[in-house]
Amino acid sequence: MGEILEVDRIRCDGHGICAELLPELISLDDWGYPIVKKGPVPDHLVELARRAVDDCPVLALQLSLQNRDRSR
Amino acid sequence: MELIGPIAESLASHRQRLGPLLALASGELIAELESSGLLGRGGAGFPVGRKWRTVAQRSSGHAVVLANGAEGEPLSHKDRSLMAARPHLVIDGALLAARTVGADDIIFYIGMEHRAADAAMRHALAERPADVRGRARILTAPPGYVSGEESAAVHFVNAGDARPTTTPPRPFDRGVGGRPTLVQNVESLALAALIARRGRDWYVDRGRRGGVGLTTVSGAVNHPGVHEIAYGSTLGDLAAAAGGLRGDSQAVLLGGYFGGWAEVDAQWGLPMDPGSMRARGLAIGCGVVHFLAPDSCGVEATARIVAYLASQSARQCGPCVFGLSAIAAATQRLATRSPHAGDLDRIVRWTGQLAGRGACHHPDGAVVLLRSAMQQFADDFTEHQRRRCLTVSSPRRVAVA
Repeated sequence: MGEILEVDRIRCDGHGICAELLPELISLDDWGYPIVKKGPVPDHLVELARRAVDDCPVLALQLSLQNRDRSR
Repeated sequence: MELIGPIAESLASHRQRLGPLLALASGELIAELESSGLLGRGGAGFPVGRKWRTVAQRSSGHAVVLANGAEGEPLSHKDRSLMAARPHLVIDGALLAARTVGADDIIFYIGMEHRAADAAMRHALAERPADVRGRARILTAPPGYVSGEESAAVHFVNAGDARPTTTPPRPFDRGVGGRPTLVQNVESLALAALIARRGRDWYVDRGRRGGVGLTTVSGAVNHPGVHEIAYGSTLGDLAAAAGGLRGDSQAVLLGGYFGGWAEVDAQWGLPMDPGSMRARGLAIGCGVVHFLAPDSCGVEATARIVAYLASQSARQCGPCVFGLSAIAAATQRLATRSPHAGDLDRIVRWTGQLAGRGACHHPDGAVVLLRSAMQQFADDFTEHQRRRCLTVSSPRRVAVA
C-alpha cells in the first residue's frame, strides 16, 4: 500500500510546475510533459507531492491509493 | 462457415441453421464462458466471461450493452463481414449479454463506412419482435482509429464526441448514462451466442487449442480477405487458405497496427491461438495478418503505419500529440533515408518514454509496433540511419519454380 502520483493526461497542459517541485519523482519530456517515476511515493516526499498536486494550475495531478481495481 | 457467408442471413434461415437460443441461468452461462477460455476479439483479448461477471455484479438490472462494430483498424474487415453476413448471430449475442448481465438497453455501434454491415443489421433488427426492437438501437460510429476505443464509444453515446476519456471510471463502473456498461466487440458476442447453444466443449474442441475466430489476411497473398480459422491452424495454413504467398515474403504483421512484426519463416508453423502466440511474444489482437511484399522495405512500411497512428491521435494528451508525431516524423525521415543525425537513437528514447502516458492506450499500441519493427528490421533501421536500405540495395529475389 501507499500513495501513487497520477496525471490526468487530458487535463495536463505541460506547465511543468510539478517537475520543479518534485524532481525526485517527476521529470519532463522534450515537450514539457511530465514523466512520473513508477511506484508509491516515499514517505519523506509525501508532503512535497501534496504541494505539487495543490499547485498544478489545471488540477491534472492527483495522489491516490495504489491498490485500485485494475482488472481492465 | 459459422461467422461469414456470401449474403445476409435472414431470421428464418438463422433459426433453421442454429436452432433456438436457450435461456441459461445467468451464473451458468458466465461460468460456461469463463471455462471456454473465450477472449475478446476486439484487440485487447480480455476474457469475455470475466468481463460479463464484472458488469453483472454492478448492474442491478439497468446496465447497458454496447456491441462494438466500429472496426476502425484499416487492415481489419472481419467485424463488418460478420455483421453483413450473420447479423442475427450478433443480435443473439447482444440479447444474451443483456439477459446475462442484467441490461435493459442495447446499442449497436457500427462504423460509418461499413455500409453493408449497417444495412444488414438494420434489416435484421427490423425482423425481430417489438420487445427486442424497443430495447435496441443502432448508432453510427464516426470514422477514425480511436472511435472504437471503449471509453470513446461510451463518450460518443453520452455526448456525441468519440474521443477517449480519462479512466477511471471505467465503462463497467460508469458508462452510458452513468450506468454499468458492457462494451464488447461484435465477434466476441457472436461467439458467445454459439457457445451458449453448443456448450463450452464445442468451442474448445473445435479448434483443439481453444476456439475459432475470424482473421483478415492481406498483403502478399493471392486471395486477401476475411478467413474463419480454427485456432489450432498455423500461419502456414492461413497463408494457404488465402491462396498462398505472392513471392518470398519475409515479414508478417500480426494483430494489427497495435500488433507486432514477425519473421515469416520462423513463424510458419505458429499455431494461431492466443496461448501459443503469447508464448512467442506475439498476439492475435483483432486478427489481422498482413504479409509484407518481398520488395517492400520494413522500415518504410512501419513509418507509414506510425504516421497513420499519429494522424489518428484524438489530440487530447500532450505525449500523444507531440511525442507520437515527433516519433512518426523521425521514422519517416529514416524511411526516406534522409535522417537527421541521431534520429534512430531519438526514436528509441522517445519510444521508451511514451508508454502509459495517454488517457487511452493509443500511444502504447504505437510503442508495441515500433519496438517489434526495430527488432524485426534491426539491420535495416541501422542501415537507414546511414542513408542506405537493405531491401532496395539487394538484388531482386527471383522466384524459383
